[in-house]
Amino acid sequence: MENIAKEKSIYSFFHSIGQKMLYQIWFSGFTIVLFFKALLQMRFAFAKRREIVKQMYVSGIKSMLVCSIVALFGGMILSLHTGVELKRWGQQDVVPTLMINVMNKEMGAFLTGIILTAFSGAAMAAELATMKVSEEIDALEMMSINPVRFLVMPRIVALMIMLPTLSIYTVILGVFGGALISYFQLGLTFEDYYHRVYESIWLKDMYVGLLKSLVFGIIISSISCANGLIAENGAEGVGRATRISVVSSYLMILIVGYFITALFYGGFL
Amino acid sequence: MIELHNICKRFGSKIVLDDVSLKIEDGETFVIIGQSGVGKTTILRAIAGFFNPDSGEVLIDGIHMDRATSRVKANLREKMGFLFQSGALINWLSVRENVALPLVEHRIGTKEEIDRIVDEKLELLQLTDAAEKMPSDISGGMKKRVGLARAIVRNPRIILYDEPTSGLDPVMSAKIDELIIKMKNELKVTSIVVTHDMESAYRIADRIAMIYKGSVLQCGTPEEIKNTTNPFVRQFIEGRLHGPIEV
Repeated sequence: MENIAKEKSIYSFFHSIGQKMLYQIWFSGFTIVLFFKALLQMRFAFAKRREIVKQMYVSGIKSMLVCSIVALFGGMILSLHTGVELKRWGQQDVVPTLMINVMNKEMGAFLTGIILTAFSGAAMAAELATMKVSEEIDALEMMSINPVRFLVMPRIVALMIMLPTLSIYTVILGVFGGALISYFQLGLTFEDYYHRVYESIWLKDMYVGLLKSLVFGIIISSISCANGLIAENGAEGVGRATRISVVSSYLMILIVGYFITALFYGGFL
Repeated sequence: MIELHNICKRFGSKIVLDDVSLKIEDGETFVIIGQSGVGKTTILRAIAGFFNPDSGEVLIDGIHMDRATSRVKANLREKMGFLFQSGALINWLSVRENVALPLVEHRIGTKEEIDRIVDEKLELLQLTDAAEKMPSDISGGMKKRVGLARAIVRNPRIILYDEPTSGLDPVMSAKIDELIIKMKNELKVTSIVVTHDMESAYRIADRIAMIYKGSVLQCGTPEEIKNTTNPFVRQFIEGRLHGPIEV
């Protein structure tokens, strides 16, 4: 009897793991298909310009304050840690080069992605999930209005535009944060700092950073919209969709961010 | 004409519809009654093509909704309006914009024509004063009326009502019933109404069908239902706690 119970619990353990894996595969497929459907609907982007601009305002302009604080203090922390250590070896002149490289290649897109996941991704998932559980999306289908064109495409386009834009803004402010620390703590002048920054700007770093932020924009909006569209079970489902979209977006930003870095700086390209 | 032939539907392990067959004539007001969770709304959703039944057929004017491609489904849905239980209004659009939405999205008419049609529907449902309000600023009864205005804005031949009087006070329920009768008389629409409200059912129905555990228990005129000898139907229409229906 004991053996049978043990076998049953082992079976149900693997059964639940298998089910979760199958669900993840299905959901990944659903998200990718949703993105491509939205891509097809982008031919109607001009007709939906009002909604796109509204989403750009919500994701971009409203999150600027948070972006500013995170970018400025992120840059200050980064330059403080590296600068204090490098100053001991008389190498504080390297800080501007380090700052522009790190911000351009990685931190600009990463910080903006993290902020917009929390700020816009969560809002998108919650908004669409609420619409799903309150039958608004069914109502759209009943009116033969394509929910992908009406809801998903404007959100994806808005983040595809706003994430690279805000990423540039984050890089500028992050580097400025580094300038403040360099001036007040490391004894560098603003002129020297920005001269070195200017000398260290590489086109490849810029386009890789922008590519990353564009991909992050697609990831955040697609995952959030997909989670919103499959929500069920009322308020609990809305909470679940929001939570999963934020966690999944964070994980995908890290994983995809690594692979883009490996692709461009790991000797592949 | 709407026909359902031997529809079966299962969600997970739960059988929601079990061999349901119904025939609804053009211009008829057909009311579906039954306890919560017995599959009434699922019947409406099958007719609207939100899912395909596991077996059986759904025919709208002889065309298969259950096997329809998305284009055919869209064409069939053009003939239909659906009043959802909550109204399902888009919350960032005003009452006027909600009602105009199907026309704007499908580019039916000029702006002036759309405004004229919307004004007409708002007036029919006595919503003219609320035209510029947002859904969050109007009552539940008004939301249902706005939902109905949106459902009829493209002059559908079939209107599906999902519990149109639930959560409303008796006066507002009577108002909604009056509107359903008005739709039938003035617009000659076929109506399928899902409700628990027996008073409302008797007022508006040409025929009533009672659903129990996913199957049609009885179907007949309001008089036939009132005088039924079926113990299940009697218990339900009299609202008795004790009887053959498991509570």
